[in-house]
Amino acid sequence: MHIMEGFLPPLHCLGWAGASAPFVVAGAIRLKAIVRERPRAKMTLAAAGAFTFVLSALKMPSVTGSCSHPTGTGLGAVVFGPAVMAVLGTIVLLFQALLLAHGGLTTLGANIFSMAIAGPWVSWAIWRLAGTLGAGTAVAVFLAAALGDLATYATTSVQLALAYPDPVSGVLGAMVKFGGIYAVTQIPLAIAEGFLTVVVMNALSGRADAADEIRSLAGEVK
Amino acid sequence: MMTKHRSWWLIAATIALVGAPLAVPGLGGAFKGSDDMGTEAIIAAHPGYQPWFQPIWKPPSAEVESLLFCVQAALGAGFLGYVIGRRHAGRNDVAGR
Repeated sequence: MHIMEGFLPPLHCLGWAGASAPFVVAGAIRLKAIVRERPRAKMTLAAAGAFTFVLSALKMPSVTGSCSHPTGTGLGAVVFGPAVMAVLGTIVLLFQALLLAHGGLTTLGANIFSMAIAGPWVSWAIWRLAGTLGAGTAVAVFLAAALGDLATYATTSVQLALAYPDPVSGVLGAMVKFGGIYAVTQIPLAIAEGFLTVVVMNALSGRADAADEIRSLAGEVK
Repeated sequence: MMTKHRSWWLIAATIALVGAPLAVPGLGGAFKGSDDMGTEAIIAAHPGYQPWFQPIWKPPSAEVESLLFCVQAALGAGFLGYVIGRRHAGRNDVAGR
């Protein structure tokens, strides 16, 4: 999902940075509020950041014969809501842009939007929807993490299609082309991310399938 | 207990899912990174495209790059393990002593 340094036209860079900035600011405010109101949540917050750190470093092989990495943003989005992930995701993306030349500073806004905003918000929406429909915690978290991961890669495909529309088939055609590179490769990896998120959530809470598992992780109950 | 088993099954399924493309003949490929393939698709459609900004710093070799990726994963995994261990220690071991 990383758009490489210098590969988005300047106007697109500005546009995506402008779209992402308010989410990051709101996320920082939310993060401060959570730490102040629920000191018990601090460790889980850091663990959610750490989970994103690990998963986004792992480039895994996919059945399409290419490699891609999960994002790990679903866990934090489910436990704390999507806002805080804008901040945690930005930290990861900055680390990769500055130390790994993976992603970039000019494309940071676009990459934040796909990985740290679109993915987490989709995860959170799926989590709420699955809960409303009566899914158990594990199933809901699996779906949230897997579909959030896919949403991040779908967003990257849209971003690239908007910047580089196909001369014949236009933006839609380019979306299909970039979707073929990113989103299709990502399907098995998104499922893997869903599995791993359930495992790590259970390990973190130590109370798999308890009714208040997520709330205890969020530091809302003891 | 059942959920303990579930974690192991999920880990096994993850390994199978990620390992299958490597192990099953016919599923393989060059296993290039999708991020690089996206970049290549842009260049293929726009021959001669020059990125208008270069990374401020690049790892000098593939070895250094893989080192830094490992550092990223190790920092994350290390801290995650620390939190999980701390919580379990508080819950089980101390009570059992």
